[in-house]
Amino acid sequence: MLSKTVAELAGALTRKEVSARELTQAYLDRIHQLNPALNAYVTITAEQALAQADAADSRRAQGNAGPLTGIPIAHKDIFCTRGVLTACGSRMLHNFVAPYDATVVERLEQAGAIMLGKTNMDEFAMGSSNETSWFGPVRNPWDHARVPGGSSGGSAAAVAAGLCAMATGTDTGGSIRQPASFCGLSGLKPTYGRVSRWGMIAFASSLDQAGPLTRSAEDAALMMNAIAGSDMRDSTCLELAFEDFTAQLNQPLAGLRIGLPREHFTKDLNPAVQTILQTAIRTLESLGASFKEVSLPNNYLSVPAYYVIAPAEASANLSRFDGVRFGYRCENPDNLDDLYKRSRSESFGDEVKRRIMVGTYALSAGYYDAYYIKAQKIRRLIKQDFDLAFNDVDLILGPTSPHSAFKLGEKVSDPVTMYLEDIYTIAVNLAGLPGMSLPAGMLNGLPIGMQLVGPSLSESRLLNVAHQFQMNTDWHSQRPEV
Amino acid sequence: MSWETVIGLEVHVQLATKSKLFSGSATEFGAAPNTQASIYDLALPGTLPVMNEEVLRMAVSFGLAVDAVIGKRSVFDRKNYFYPDLPKGYQITQLEFPTVGRGSLKIQLEDGSEKVIGITRAHIEEDAGKSLHEDFQGMSGIDLNRAGTPLLEIVSDPDLRNAKEAVAYLKKLHSIILYLGISDGNMSQGSMRCDANVSVRKRGAKEFGTRTEIKNVNSFRFVEKAINYEVQRQIELIEDGGRVVQETRLYDSDKDETRSMRSKEVANDYRYFPEPDLLPVIIDDAYIAAVRATLPELPGARCQRFVTQYGLSEYDADVLTSSRSMADYFEEVARLCGDAKLSANWVTADLLGLLNKNDLVIESSPIKPAQLGTMISRIKDNTISGKLAKTVFEALAEGEADVDHIIESRGLKQVTDSGAIEKLVDDVITANPGQVAQYRAGKDAVFGFFVGQAMKISKGKANPAQLNELLRNKLKAK
Repeated sequence: MLSKTVAELAGALTRKEVSARELTQAYLDRIHQLNPALNAYVTITAEQALAQADAADSRRAQGNAGPLTGIPIAHKDIFCTRGVLTACGSRMLHNFVAPYDATVVERLEQAGAIMLGKTNMDEFAMGSSNETSWFGPVRNPWDHARVPGGSSGGSAAAVAAGLCAMATGTDTGGSIRQPASFCGLSGLKPTYGRVSRWGMIAFASSLDQAGPLTRSAEDAALMMNAIAGSDMRDSTCLELAFEDFTAQLNQPLAGLRIGLPREHFTKDLNPAVQTILQTAIRTLESLGASFKEVSLPNNYLSVPAYYVIAPAEASANLSRFDGVRFGYRCENPDNLDDLYKRSRSESFGDEVKRRIMVGTYALSAGYYDAYYIKAQKIRRLIKQDFDLAFNDVDLILGPTSPHSAFKLGEKVSDPVTMYLEDIYTIAVNLAGLPGMSLPAGMLNGLPIGMQLVGPSLSESRLLNVAHQFQMNTDWHSQRPEV
Repeated sequence: MSWETVIGLEVHVQLATKSKLFSGSATEFGAAPNTQASIYDLALPGTLPVMNEEVLRMAVSFGLAVDAVIGKRSVFDRKNYFYPDLPKGYQITQLEFPTVGRGSLKIQLEDGSEKVIGITRAHIEEDAGKSLHEDFQGMSGIDLNRAGTPLLEIVSDPDLRNAKEAVAYLKKLHSIILYLGISDGNMSQGSMRCDANVSVRKRGAKEFGTRTEIKNVNSFRFVEKAINYEVQRQIELIEDGGRVVQETRLYDSDKDETRSMRSKEVANDYRYFPEPDLLPVIIDDAYIAAVRATLPELPGARCQRFVTQYGLSEYDADVLTSSRSMADYFEEVARLCGDAKLSANWVTADLLGLLNKNDLVIESSPIKPAQLGTMISRIKDNTISGKLAKTVFEALAEGEADVDHIIESRGLKQVTDSGAIEKLVDDVITANPGQVAQYRAGKDAVFGFFVGQAMKISKGKANPAQLNELLRNKLKAK
């Protein structure tokens, strides 16, 4: 029961095979049993969850339940939750209880989803392995010696291990898609502006997007129906009419043109991953899709451009953490400077400090043009590459990550190697496009994901292709033994 | 050695919106600390700015009032620095693409000539909170009520050449923002604050001297004094072989001096970059036209109208239009009594004298337009003489309310009954045969004596025109 998809669980709830309370209690029991080893959750909100479950059950009894009513969910600890600790993987916010809900949290609650707790993550979403968290690393449910990916590692591990039915994540450079790939999930990074950022603790404001981590594309569509949409509280959130992301799921793929970027299928890609992708391509071909090579010539610049823009924005976004109004404050500061310096240096981890320094440097007088302005120019070129490619094809398919989940500690001491983990995902954020990772195969007992990227606002199309693929394969139904 | 002063002003005007620039918090002055600070104002994580559109309208209306180029695409930027009263650790402002671009302002100099002062730009930004350093046992208190209040920072070109010009420019700006109703302009409450960039150079030199910036001067008078002090300090420093250091200085009004705010001048690197939480503000011609349509008549245009419509002198018209409330006051009085010139005289001379003496502004005038209008009407309809009107005016200033009651109760009514005046004239002529003889012998100056006598007897109530005419006729008749 606990490893069923949201769509299946919704059916079971409707047919009264199980109540929301029973389901919630079962997940809570499993969390208590498995979380100590996985470290996927940092906060468990059992009491609140059971109360929400009872409310969901009575709502269902009254006949006004939606597909998510009574479905247990986990929220990445980057989303503010009223009255519940929101630590964002950092010692800085180890004591921060937000007096408000993020829009994403609020909308899922309105849809009747039940919050089981908050999930572990890289500190302030800065990381690709979930090893930078103040609350310790998360273990990959497929192999406890390996990382779940990051930064939404706790959410991915929780969904994969059956510690919740679905989870929220955020993606600034691949933080939904790469953990989805490492944990065998469907993860969608929506078009920038699709989902409100209100209440989501900012890492890099022009890149951050919230999205679903689920066991199927259909589940992701159901979650998108709840979280997408305009929000007066976020000026960058697009004003769009409601879109039903499940509406196109069953559309046939005949006539679909998919591009394969030359720059993604090179010797840098693990040959076994390459083989898995070829198999997936043949499956999609059999469903009516046609493939052609496209070029993203500036993709190789995406990592360097990203590591200027994201840290630059982060250096300002993290200035509010100063020990004055909330969060960590050092003991007995001598004066104001001492308060700032010690509060920040004692509570930020190495990776966060590294990015604040890089960002501060990139914005400094004399370097701004050489770094920040140049990176913005590259960003435009990268967007242009995609625009050109989408003249010829409807979607782009490629790897999500160069390989399967790596071992804990393997890359943590080498930031540049770690940054290259996101080589296939980062360009999508820079271009503001929707991207999705879905399971495409297994390699030595570990999931391998593939990435679909579409033009702006093409989420329904991405979900349609992913769903059709999942109707004809069972990679997404594989579950780790935990 | 002859020196020339170069001054540029940066004026921060607090815009009179009900809510803050990027949050819904109220902006009222004087509330209990931190009662007007929302989760956004506190910079709690995950909160985002949403622009208050009223701020844009106000900024554009200011731009139009100073004939400025309006930025059709303005961009907000982050200005980064750490300070406890700056909760986000950055201020949202406009660096490269301000809402108001280049404009200009005409000021009147003391010799009556006009000078055009360039306005470099005016940009929208958020105010910081306040740090309170007293009453916290060695700690500091932070009040974030003001944090996020919308400001318009108006930057002038370095066109001002002395403290008086700087004050004239400031007063003109003050008048415009009050005309537009975009700020209460209250300097003592910080609604209008001025930073002065001051340098000196040898007369005829092309290069500017090194400037200092005098921060946050909060009255017209202090601006003048601070600049004069600073100019003198710089000249003496250079003449003694020293060198002006580029620095920020604070004006101490108690000691009437400026002093360095930082012992060591460290150039701040604010690391500006475009604010990713806000989209660029795009406005079109239709928007600008709509704002233009709502603009009130501005001081320059109103001054010209006063000259042509009411036949006032340029000087009177300028004084009367120096503030919107003053001009409104005058026009109300003129409308009520139907005599603009007489109204102008009473307002510019008697009323302004009264206000100055009591250190009052027109808004708090003890005499209301309706009262002054009625009083002037009573002069016009010959109920009282202009001279006795002063008594009425004084009574009004003392707080009496009703003009007619004042006239009645004090017996100030003019005698216009020609029989009564004729008797008065006869009495005076009869009583002063010597003077009558002198007058008739050609000594015209004696005429004033008769008027004085008649007025004395009538206690000033005889209608002067009638009295003069009858006196002259009777004196000539014999």
